[in-house]
Amino acid sequence: MSLIVDSIIKRFGRFAALNGVSFTAPQGAFLSLLGPSGSGKTTLLRVLGGLDYANSGSVRFADLNWLDMPARSRNTGFVFQHYALFRHMTVAENIAFGLKVRPRRQRPGRADIRARVDQLLQLVQLSGMEGRYPSQLSGGQRQRVALARALAIEPRMLLLDEPFGALDAKVRKELRADLRRIHDHTGVTTIFVTHDQEEAFAVADLVAVMKDGRIEQYGTPGNVQHEPRKGFVQEFLAR
Amino acid sequence: MTRKHLTLPTDDPIWLKLLLGTLAVGFVGLMLILPLALVFQEALSDGLSSAWIAITTPNALAAIHLSLIAAAIAVPLNTIFGISTAWAVAKFDFPGKAILVSLIDLPFSVSPVIAGLAYVLIFGMRGWLGPTLAGFDIQILFALPGIVLATMFVTFPFVARELIPLMTDQGRDEEEAAVSLGASGLMTFVRVTLPNIKWGLLYGVLLCNARALGEFGAVSILSGHIQGRTNTMPLHISLLYENYDFVGAFAVAALLALLALVTLILKSLLEWRYADALAAIHRH
Repeated sequence: MSLIVDSIIKRFGRFAALNGVSFTAPQGAFLSLLGPSGSGKTTLLRVLGGLDYANSGSVRFADLNWLDMPARSRNTGFVFQHYALFRHMTVAENIAFGLKVRPRRQRPGRADIRARVDQLLQLVQLSGMEGRYPSQLSGGQRQRVALARALAIEPRMLLLDEPFGALDAKVRKELRADLRRIHDHTGVTTIFVTHDQEEAFAVADLVAVMKDGRIEQYGTPGNVQHEPRKGFVQEFLAR
Repeated sequence: MTRKHLTLPTDDPIWLKLLLGTLAVGFVGLMLILPLALVFQEALSDGLSSAWIAITTPNALAAIHLSLIAAAIAVPLNTIFGISTAWAVAKFDFPGKAILVSLIDLPFSVSPVIAGLAYVLIFGMRGWLGPTLAGFDIQILFALPGIVLATMFVTFPFVARELIPLMTDQGRDEEEAAVSLGASGLMTFVRVTLPNIKWGLLYGVLLCNARALGEFGAVSILSGHIQGRTNTMPLHISLLYENYDFVGAFAVAALLALLALVTLILKSLLEWRYADALAAIHRH
């Protein structure tokens, strides 16, 4: 039942954004992909979410050939750096979107959707904001909405692409703690992309340090922090 | 204590504001509003009833009918093409994209008369496809299909031009979010893409419609000028004018201008009605 990523290669033209990435993580893990920009971490996340195709390699997750499934069937909650909220919908409509677009038979009833939205608003601490539009919210609030929207579909996997990158330090820390709390509450397998090592080590159970489309070191935060591999990882962590 | 009035670095001196303001208002008044007002004055110079008679002659009614039909076919088709083109350009990378974007503007840079002549070369009796189509009893030139083709050529850029910058600016994030939340392609388009572009789309469609009703050059070549059958409103106006029927010409012209003004007013009304929604989208 774990996540097994095997030899993923992804090229953009001649440039190999992912150059043979392999790792495994137990179901329900909270994993951080850490690395400088251009190291391939976002591309890896997009491949897992089905927003980009891998040229070769395979992913097994929840006993499924993950890469053979189209993005819309993977049931992943994707959280973008710039929120990507539906700007013409209210907070409640944004959160309900993933439930409302389900085929009729799997679609919850109106009352159920409302209840679910209320529950999620509470979880991300935005109760009372359901009628607002994204433009009326602060950056931190927008990302909370995006998180609630991603969680609404009860995702198999939660993918976050530098979710706090556009926020100030104080809000980052709050949201980081909230994300950890939500993860422990829902138990959803979570992959979190960041270039901020403090953030990666503080929030995750497992950290993969990436460089040039490869994983340089992979382990628990304590493990990576205290025994960084010589060369790139040591230098990167010393920054 | 008096304090010197502080000015913003972006604040222009009062004389410049006045000058530019007067220039803009004066130009619009003199070049746009005055002539249009004169058209209405001339149309009504013999009274309302003679103007009414002029726009209800069988030939005038046939011209109005034909113009509306041509627009009713060309505008929806160009709306679909415009959305597809803008979608392709804004959301995908493909070889030849830059060329495609410049080609969209072709109808703006090429004279409509040339477009008309080009279609004659294709669909005329001595053209590429003319004889074949004639074999199937399909007539393009001097008939409705030719008029629609000419109208489509001329109005092609309006919708696409309006949407490309808008869709490029909005990027792909919201669509990607929708797909990862389980929405199908069609649902993503209807529930996410379309609501985001609806104002630009509306504006493009209204412009496209106004231009479609008013097109003269290309249609003039392809229509054959058969009174009561293939004359559109602008062609009918020009025919009346050449026959010294000034009241008739200006009456139909006033009606055509009125149709254009109605679209303009419609757009302003919608903008005013939905100002809040618009502002919310743009502030994002």
